[in-house]
Amino acid sequence: MSLGSELLSALAVRGVGRTPEVISRSSDDIGSKIGINGYASFTLFGFRFWITSTHIALLIIVIAVTVLAIIANRVIRRSDPYKKPGIVMTIIESVVDFIDKTTYSNMGEKHGGAFRNYIGTLLLFIFFSNISGVFGLRPPTADYGVTFGLAMITFFIIHYNGFKYQKMGHITGLFDPIPLTPINIIGEISTPISMSLRLFGNVLCGTVIMGLLYNLLPQFLLLFWPGALHIYFDLFSGAIQAYVFTMLTMVFVSKNFDE
Amino acid sequence: MDGIFNKEFVQGCSALGAGIAMIAGMGPGIGQGYAAGQGAAAVGRNPGARGTVMGTMILGQAVAETTGLYSLIVAILLIFVNPWA
Repeated sequence: MSLGSELLSALAVRGVGRTPEVISRSSDDIGSKIGINGYASFTLFGFRFWITSTHIALLIIVIAVTVLAIIANRVIRRSDPYKKPGIVMTIIESVVDFIDKTTYSNMGEKHGGAFRNYIGTLLLFIFFSNISGVFGLRPPTADYGVTFGLAMITFFIIHYNGFKYQKMGHITGLFDPIPLTPINIIGEISTPISMSLRLFGNVLCGTVIMGLLYNLLPQFLLLFWPGALHIYFDLFSGAIQAYVFTMLTMVFVSKNFDE
Repeated sequence: MDGIFNKEFVQGCSALGAGIAMIAGMGPGIGQGYAAGQGAAAVGRNPGARGTVMGTMILGQAVAETTGLYSLIVAILLIFVNPWA
């Protein structure tokens, strides 16, 4: 099986209608570390759907984030405000403080409170998805289906709030200078596409480079050199991209608040 | 594509096209460097605003990186998901 068909399944819409010869492959192939692997399939409404490595990684990440949230809840309930906070309590406080601060400073004191739950969830989910490459998973954000879904959620939030706060002005704003109408409409449509492609491209770039590295380097170099690149591609780039995605969500949504 | 060109010719041209597409990596490099230079100048002028300048700079750099990522995606599509080869 050539590398081309492997990455075809990596970039195409998640293996719908794909033959099992393309999507299932031997584990020693280089593409199995870069592309999306299908593990099981089922037929629904005449289409063939695949349970891929993206679904499994998503499930693991959702469970991990839920467990962390439960632990955080128990730590907060048991903490004594009159004593010195422990390490876990300090980490929780700094994360919540960071989310509160960025949300309130970007969306304003009036509207920030309504969005900080969603922004915090989005930030933690994308961050844990991006750094999951360190733990041996294939990052779910290197699947265009996941990032496009996240960007479409942002798209609907933008336009829901646009209609809520500007009423019909949200529609007439598109025709503001009449000759620029097509450019305004393209600008609105390109927002989710550029947001999703930015996240997808960054994470896919790291995944492809790390996959090539693990297969091409001689054995003794593998002891230390991929670790340095994991720090850059997974931890640094992942944290930056999670921050950028949430920041752009906040900027685009809060653009519609002002009259 | 059958008939005129054989498969190897199309694959070689696709590899060349992928390399040419990555010339677009120049643009984000220049843009990010300019943003970093302006950020350094702003921190030098007003060291108290270091956090705000850093956040704005990183956001702008990440947005400027998008065109480079488009070229990367085009190159990856040409090499791995080539519909003609």
